[in-house]
Amino acid sequence: MAKAFQKIYTKITQITKATCSVKATNIGYDELATVNGRLAQVVKIIGDEVTMQIFQGTEGIPTNAEVIFMGKSPSLKVGEQLAGRFFNAYGDPIDGGPVPEGEERPIGGPSVNPVRRKQPSELIATGIAGIDLNNTLVSGQKIPFFADPDQPFNQVMATVALRAKADKIILGGMGMTNDDYLFFKNVFSNAGALDRIISFMNTTEDPAVERLLVPDMALTAAEYFAVEKNEKVLVLLTDMSSYADALSIVSNRMDQIPSKDSMPGSLYSDLAKIYEKAAQFPTGGSITIVAVTTLSGGDITHAVPDNTGYITEGQLFLRRDSDVGKVIVDPFRSLSRLKQLVQGTKTREDHPQVMNAAVRLYADAANAKTKQENGFDLTDYDLRTLSFARDYAEYILAIDVNLDTVEMLDKTWKFLSDHFKPSEVNMKKELVDKYWQ
Amino acid sequence: MLTKGIVRGIISNLVIVEVDGPVAQNEIAYINLEGVRLMSEVIKVVGKNVYVQVFESTRGLKVDAEVEFQGHMLEVVLGPGLLERNLDGLENDLDKMEGVFLKRGEYTFPLDEEKLWRFKPIAGPGDTVTGGSWLGEVDENFQPHKIMLPFVMKEEYRLKSIVEEGAYNIYKTIAVVEDQNGKETEINMIQRWPVKMPLTTYKEKPRPYKLLETGVRSIDTLNPIVEGGTGFIPGAFGTGKTVLQHAISKQAEADIVIIAACGERANEVVEIFTEFPELIDPHTGRKLMERTIIVANTSNMPVAAREASVYTAMSIGEYYRSMGLKVLLMADSTSRWAQALREMSNRLEELPGPDAFPMDLSAIISNFYGRAGHVILNNGEEGSITFIGTVSPAGGNLKEPVTENTKKVARCFYALEQDRADKKRYPAINPIESYSKYIEYPEFEEEISKQISDDWTEKVNEAKTRLLRGKEISEQINILGDDGVPVEYHITYWKSELIDFIVLQQDAFDEIDSVTPMERQKHILDMVTEVCRTEFEFDNFNKVADYFKELINIGRQMNYAEFKSEKFNDYYRQLQELVSQKSIN
Repeated sequence: MAKAFQKIYTKITQITKATCSVKATNIGYDELATVNGRLAQVVKIIGDEVTMQIFQGTEGIPTNAEVIFMGKSPSLKVGEQLAGRFFNAYGDPIDGGPVPEGEERPIGGPSVNPVRRKQPSELIATGIAGIDLNNTLVSGQKIPFFADPDQPFNQVMATVALRAKADKIILGGMGMTNDDYLFFKNVFSNAGALDRIISFMNTTEDPAVERLLVPDMALTAAEYFAVEKNEKVLVLLTDMSSYADALSIVSNRMDQIPSKDSMPGSLYSDLAKIYEKAAQFPTGGSITIVAVTTLSGGDITHAVPDNTGYITEGQLFLRRDSDVGKVIVDPFRSLSRLKQLVQGTKTREDHPQVMNAAVRLYADAANAKTKQENGFDLTDYDLRTLSFARDYAEYILAIDVNLDTVEMLDKTWKFLSDHFKPSEVNMKKELVDKYWQ
Repeated sequence: MLTKGIVRGIISNLVIVEVDGPVAQNEIAYINLEGVRLMSEVIKVVGKNVYVQVFESTRGLKVDAEVEFQGHMLEVVLGPGLLERNLDGLENDLDKMEGVFLKRGEYTFPLDEEKLWRFKPIAGPGDTVTGGSWLGEVDENFQPHKIMLPFVMKEEYRLKSIVEEGAYNIYKTIAVVEDQNGKETEINMIQRWPVKMPLTTYKEKPRPYKLLETGVRSIDTLNPIVEGGTGFIPGAFGTGKTVLQHAISKQAEADIVIIAACGERANEVVEIFTEFPELIDPHTGRKLMERTIIVANTSNMPVAAREASVYTAMSIGEYYRSMGLKVLLMADSTSRWAQALREMSNRLEELPGPDAFPMDLSAIISNFYGRAGHVILNNGEEGSITFIGTVSPAGGNLKEPVTENTKKVARCFYALEQDRADKKRYPAINPIESYSKYIEYPEFEEEISKQISDDWTEKVNEAKTRLLRGKEISEQINILGDDGVPVEYHITYWKSELIDFIVLQQDAFDEIDSVTPMERQKHILDMVTEVCRTEFEFDNFNKVADYFKELINIGRQMNYAEFKSEKFNDYYRQLQELVSQKSIN
């Protein structure tokens, strides 16, 4: 699709698995090009030799391929027309609808000046106690689920998205199975939320390297709605481990020295650039990112979850509580770093202490259980922690329970009162006097 | 004549420039990208080709772009008005930048160019002065900010004239000095210093010995840091590094606090921006922000500037130390800085060291920590930079290059432990693994005995021994069961828990508990030591646990109560009664 007067280069000097080089002049770094119609991006310029990374791979590219430079870096046309639409990684519609009109913006734009950010302070209610009570989410936060591939993270994420009262939900799918893609589409359409959804999708059927564009596409759209329209935007990114895999493929093909777990040395910065797009803007709009990082065998020391953990504001783990047979948000390993910005101020005063006391007692129950499994006698206290833990897991933590925060707190007080003495909960006396049931 | 060049190659933020004249390693150059000037630094020279790392995104940059070299290395601007500033890693004033998003090539001056400062001369005409000599003083947020002869003027000069006391802006000539050949130089309140060079205008650097109070009990009581000391905090994510670091920077008894947010989360910096202007410095009663400088290069800001940010922060620290002030420098996190070095070393295709970090990582880290310290200035006054860096070990594994190399140079080690964090025992500083080398300094022991009491060190060591013993017993109980060990073991274990809950654990989000002055720390340690030295007798281990839980509960209520308030005294009486009930002496 060459336009008139566009210069066509055909002198390919080198082809590797992922890149090809051509002799050309006056080319900008990061610029897009097409090589025999395939989209490519400039990754290296030495003198008049320009090296491009071809997203779909170089299979079948001949040495006389036609290279056309587009004079711009990857971009997205932003506007209200994006709402309710489904796109591929390049931002082209995949739902049969028309190409949206709008202002064209380069993706992966500049960072927010840190002094222009506002401190996140608005609670996002999800009805799930493992989140609202123990790890409260705040708008402008970035937080991933750390989950094994068999865990129901997509379901939990869809629930969170629908209950979160966001103005827009932007779904960035990377290496997602077609089944999961259809799952999200169905859930959102059944909830009547399709007009709030924008989706950028790279499924397992698409070339892996293409998915490198997905987060930037999703976040460019998010910045439009959050900054220009002052909307509350929730961005769902799943699965960031697939994104990192694509990074490692590219860096490997570009002969870079790998660091830990074959990941590129720049993994931390690459991931941070995405996650740090989450922000509370001064004019009221916000971008909140809920992502998924799949683990292999629960290993969080792998480079991807490890670097992610240092970037994001906490992480959520799912686990099955074997005593009650339900999936819960693990109270021990999960953490929301921004929770103290809302707990006890946007929620009731007793929130922080109730949360800590319950988690501590739940931990005591886990110790009691270990003792029991090792065949030791349990004390009266041990037995009481165990029965508390059962109530706590089944009626508060389980992800199928939907409560508001006050109900969660009242129920927790009830279970604390049922099973313990006030001196055993280690809380401020004023609170115990007021709420003990 | 400054050297010029043309861009010949671009690989991400590494740019190859062909030059027409001499360039120096680490020299600063500006690349012209269609009118936008991108700042860069020379990192390698091969013949006519110079490799520069660009501090900004190179998107859209083309071959043949023009480059201007500046003839100097990366410098900081030093002068009154740095306090309260929010700077980026290259010392640009972030507040002066327009718009919500950072723009490429926008560089802003870090000082207020118009503000009038009340200048009082210190030196007089005829005095012999050299770089770092105090010429006069202005009041910067209640700190005596010394106007010094620029550090780069290393010769001896004669002060020819100095202005009278009065209000001047930073550009006003406040003094004229004359070198041996009679050449005159005009001095104003601004000077510049290359950040990678240590500022060594002092007479000597003795061993530090004076406690730097942080209000964090597991640091001050157990493993104290000193004025001019170095420490580091390694910890996996989620172990409370940031909360601890913020607590230290809020509470430490320092004149100046510099926070280098190096490659970390932007929202954490926002928290400082938002809270510090509201919070009160517990030592002076003034706004915390008034003594604070933030150097923010968050994780999404350009990687090359991240490396510069720690040097920028250190140079500013050295500037204030030369005024005889107590500076606390916090860097979060030095691992991100090391990663920035790694990314560039990788792009330069250098042979990698362990974990793909550059081979000279250990030298870089130790040189940097070496810039901290307590110094005696040429005029006999004392100043200090206390440096605390956090380390983010990959996978929480302390056997990785950044942690290991830092351990070789930092004298205090605050190991944050996942297990403690999981159990919500905050701050999650492992009391057994952590250490402070300063406790072993005789100078320190002498000073602390004078400051607190003769038996302080003894009591601290006793508490440490009890914690260790408690840990051993808890392991035995795990193997043998509660019944498998004698009741006395349970008593010893619970005594260690008492220390853990009342001395070590501290609620960083409670107004009172979050900061404990030394007087109160002494009270707590004395009280806990007394309980631990008491002999108890119990029929069975269940009663031990019940009893100590009650003690712990009272002790914690005390920690939440205002020191020596009625409530506090009341709990203290309850605790003493409870102890005397079960005591067998």
